[in-house]
Amino acid sequence: MSMATTTVQPVERENYLNKEYGVGSWLLTTDHKRIALLYLISITFFFFIGGFFALLIRLELLTPASDLVQPDTYNKLFTMHGQVMVFFFLIPSIPAVLGNFLVPLMIGAKDLAFPRVNLLSWYLYIIGGVMMLHCMLTGGVDTGWTFYTPFSTAFSNTKVIEAGLAIFVAGFSSILTGLNFVVTIHRMRAPGMTWSRLPLFIWAHYATSIIQILGTPVIAITLVLVVAERALHLGIFDPKLGGDPLLFQHLFWFYSHPAVYIMILPSMGVVTEIIACFARKRIFGYSFIALSSIAIAVFGFLVWAHHMFVAGISVYAALVFSLLSYAVAVPSAVKVFNWTATLYKGSIHYDAPMLYAFGFIGLFTMGGLTGLFLAALGIDVHVTDTYFVIAHFHYIMVGGALMGYLGGMHFWWPKISGKLYPEGWARLAALIVFIGFNLTFFPQFVLGYLGMPRRYADYSHMPEFQVLNVLSTAGATVLGVGYLLPMLYFLWSMRYGKPAPDNPWNAAGLEWMTSSPPTTFNFEKEPIVTWEAYNYDELDRAHKEEVKVVG
Amino acid sequence: MSDSTVVGLHHEEQHHPELLHHFAEPQQQRDAASLGMWIFLATEVMFFGGLFCAYLIYRRLYFGDFGAASSSIKAGLGAANTAVLICSSLTVVLAIWGAQIGRRSLMIGSLVLTMLFGLTFLGIKGVEYKEKFDEHHVPGASFSFDHVPIPGHPDQYANPRHAQIFFSLYFIMTGLHALHMIIGLGLFAWLLFMARKGRFTPEYYTPLDVGGLYWHFVDIVWIYLFPLLYLIDRHP
Repeated sequence: MSMATTTVQPVERENYLNKEYGVGSWLLTTDHKRIALLYLISITFFFFIGGFFALLIRLELLTPASDLVQPDTYNKLFTMHGQVMVFFFLIPSIPAVLGNFLVPLMIGAKDLAFPRVNLLSWYLYIIGGVMMLHCMLTGGVDTGWTFYTPFSTAFSNTKVIEAGLAIFVAGFSSILTGLNFVVTIHRMRAPGMTWSRLPLFIWAHYATSIIQILGTPVIAITLVLVVAERALHLGIFDPKLGGDPLLFQHLFWFYSHPAVYIMILPSMGVVTEIIACFARKRIFGYSFIALSSIAIAVFGFLVWAHHMFVAGISVYAALVFSLLSYAVAVPSAVKVFNWTATLYKGSIHYDAPMLYAFGFIGLFTMGGLTGLFLAALGIDVHVTDTYFVIAHFHYIMVGGALMGYLGGMHFWWPKISGKLYPEGWARLAALIVFIGFNLTFFPQFVLGYLGMPRRYADYSHMPEFQVLNVLSTAGATVLGVGYLLPMLYFLWSMRYGKPAPDNPWNAAGLEWMTSSPPTTFNFEKEPIVTWEAYNYDELDRAHKEEVKVVG
Repeated sequence: MSDSTVVGLHHEEQHHPELLHHFAEPQQQRDAASLGMWIFLATEVMFFGGLFCAYLIYRRLYFGDFGAASSSIKAGLGAANTAVLICSSLTVVLAIWGAQIGRRSLMIGSLVLTMLFGLTFLGIKGVEYKEKFDEHHVPGASFSFDHVPIPGHPDQYANPRHAQIFFSLYFIMTGLHALHMIIGLGLFAWLLFMARKGRFTPEYYTPLDVGGLYWHFVDIVWIYLFPLLYLIDRHP
């Protein structure tokens, strides 16, 4: 033992990364941490494809005329941007990468409950992804990511069936991830890890999993109906044949509204961990944050028709859905207030993960409040299908979900890779992302309120919109740089980064008590938990005497 | 305590041969498997739930047309299939009981019977599909449902387009159910194979338990499909 520690060149400890080598050891792995990395690579690939479409959209809108691409091509661009980003990046992003990696570590388990099902879910994602790629390369889809009928079933002459099946298959990957998490959280917690001691990241993932389990099957069957109707001309959603297109919209949004919470809830979990760590405080209102996640998951299922206020639903239904949409803002606001209260009198450190968490709070609040504008019936009628809606949901899905994902990737990168990322570059990237994001999407609120409709390649009859569109495109360029930077320095750090200590942030949580990177079975021996989550006061007590209080 | 002794202790623990490495004890593994299947069945409820929702909406909207279309399928065959499936659920329970009390022949016999009942169900379903095909009631280009009176209103004919929606949903719902039966048969073939290899004992029969849950669920879906598709407002 002592011989090993005195050698000049320390032998690298065995961990999940260096235990085995070779393609087979990765493609057939059942280790949740390796599967998380497989997901990380795959979703990053799709993120850049979706980003490429976004880039083309923004370039087209730089000038009022439709001069870069034909309107038909433009329709395909925004459709595939949406489908790739929603189904192949945002929904799997935090759960399948950070959740996969961290859920067993945080609760003190050796793996997820069903490791082979976990691998199967990655393969389903890849099969769906390959189908989507094939669909895009051989012509693409132009229905909008929403597949609205009867356009998708009777009129569009693009590859609707293939895209529908791709998303159908990828949906099962999402279902299996959720199923695995729920069983794992129920059955695999270490001794002493009671529900009230769980990190709030786990609560957020539990709530997310409920939505994945109960929501995703509904979009699956809806896509089956769309595919069957388009292939066989059935008429279930075709008014010409006695079908009801509104039924499609109900079924679609029954999943696709809660799907927004699949994206944002895990991000909220990440932000909660980061804020407690970098404010060095016990989280304020633990049980409120935990239960607000569950409340969001439950309320989230009851608000779907607010996407349909102008689609011809009854005015009484619209009133109820408007009210319920306001209700879902309450648990979201509970979280924002609790984070703010945690920061109060905290000793705040401005490391890169914390910058992303701050960005999240601000952008999510803006996205959430503009969501209330849209939940109000009168305003919604005015801004439906305008850039106001686009700006709103990008503040939630990019400003919220993606900021949380990036914050979490920085926070746990030392644990995942065993290397430290360059902090200076990371803070710079966080700033660039924040500035680029606001420059891209804030002008879109104004554009939408002034009446610029979404999904138009050509706005030459409204040339006064060009200034704001130029600002937005400029912002998108800045944002693109902000997204490329982390990818570059993460890759750089894998080879040249300083080795990470086991707990570089002096953070609470079981995942920081094992080595960086962890061994294949996570812990040397099963941990026994005797403390509450976020015991930062205890962690910092050891250092307290050394700090001289000034003033 | 040095690292090596911890690892050593870990390996010296007495493990049941079926206990996977990441579980602490057999009870935990059983509970995880059973909870996993229950959650999977919840997803299945939502999967079929979307279809039931669509069906019920159109059933209410086009009540008479759906009644006419519904009367054209044979309730007798549907009832026979219901009986077959209820019997198969009994044999599933008997198979699990056989494993619990260690009676191998009961377990294997019941598994074989379950599969035979499953095949009988699919056979009867095939006969029903064949009839619909012969009567041009399969949605598509050759669909025809002309001059069929609405039950209780002999002077009115059903709208063929609305009847086609009925048959679309009928084929999708029963077709997906039949697909679940086929998957169930595959599952039970595997269980039978494992049972013949002697893998199930009174201490370890989790796959039978979990497979049984799946089979019962597929039965229950049919228990709901049968009255909804065959029996509402049926006139002889």
